[in-house]
Amino acid sequence: MEELMATLKKEIFEQLNLQHVKPEDIAYDQPLFVEGLGLDSIDALELIVLLQQKYGIKLANPAEGPKIFYSIKTMAEYITAHKKQ
Amino acid sequence: MGTDKAISGYVQIKGGRVMYNNSLFFEMPDAEPVVFFNDIYKALNINYPKFFKMDNLCKVVFLAVEVLLKDVSLRDKYKPEETGIVFSNANSSLDTDIRYFQSSLEAPSPALFVYTLPNVAIGELCIRHGIKGETACFVFDIFDALFQAWYADTLLETCGIKACISGWADFYDGKFEAFFYLVETGSDNLSIKHNSENIDKLYNQVWKN
Repeated sequence: MEELMATLKKEIFEQLNLQHVKPEDIAYDQPLFVEGLGLDSIDALELIVLLQQKYGIKLANPAEGPKIFYSIKTMAEYITAHKKQ
Repeated sequence: MGTDKAISGYVQIKGGRVMYNNSLFFEMPDAEPVVFFNDIYKALNINYPKFFKMDNLCKVVFLAVEVLLKDVSLRDKYKPEETGIVFSNANSSLDTDIRYFQSSLEAPSPALFVYTLPNVAIGELCIRHGIKGETACFVFDIFDALFQAWYADTLLETCGIKACISGWADFYDGKFEAFFYLVETGSDNLSIKHNSENIDKLYNQVWKN
């Protein structure tokens, strides 16, 4: 899980071109949106593309988005659960 | 209309230089656009994370207007509805259109898609500077001072606008330039009368330097 979260963090920073914050300043359980990394709705779409492109996971229920994309940790947990299926 | 309209400031970005009112503000010759833009951003000492998400056209527009307004707060001087924008360029959003098309061959990028219209640059300026007045975006082969002056005058005289950010910015295949000026009614900061001859002169003077 630790390795996946580290990879995921790197991918998120690359995909979203996050230059205003350093990767080491973001904890795995820190919120990605609003008060955390400050991501917006376009970033949310990019994260959906990332899941699809890098992990072959299509978001079945968009309503689950806020829970899945809450933090790097919740994303990693979702990837782990859905890659096994 | 009899209201005096004057150019109270102007900015140019081209060839590794940023000129503000014909004085050198920033210089970085031979730098890649992304490095050049990031370093202008740092030189401005601002904190606007959304800058890093913008496409290159929006970045050069954003930076040019950031320099143009570094000593002026439109929010303090005017109501949101009293400032307008006239923006023109030659290559529209083609640079990003191509990048988006290339991304779509694998996975279309939403972050690129939102920049596949040239007037998005106007939207970025409106958000940044709290502008809610009339705006317009045009595509021409070359910078047309006569049209630019006429359209800005029209907004100032008929649309309740008291200030207008007017200019030209282009980005395509790594090549870019930007020229913006602020025209205000009753401004005497620089005493440059707002007309096409003066705009042409300002636009051309820096390119000759």
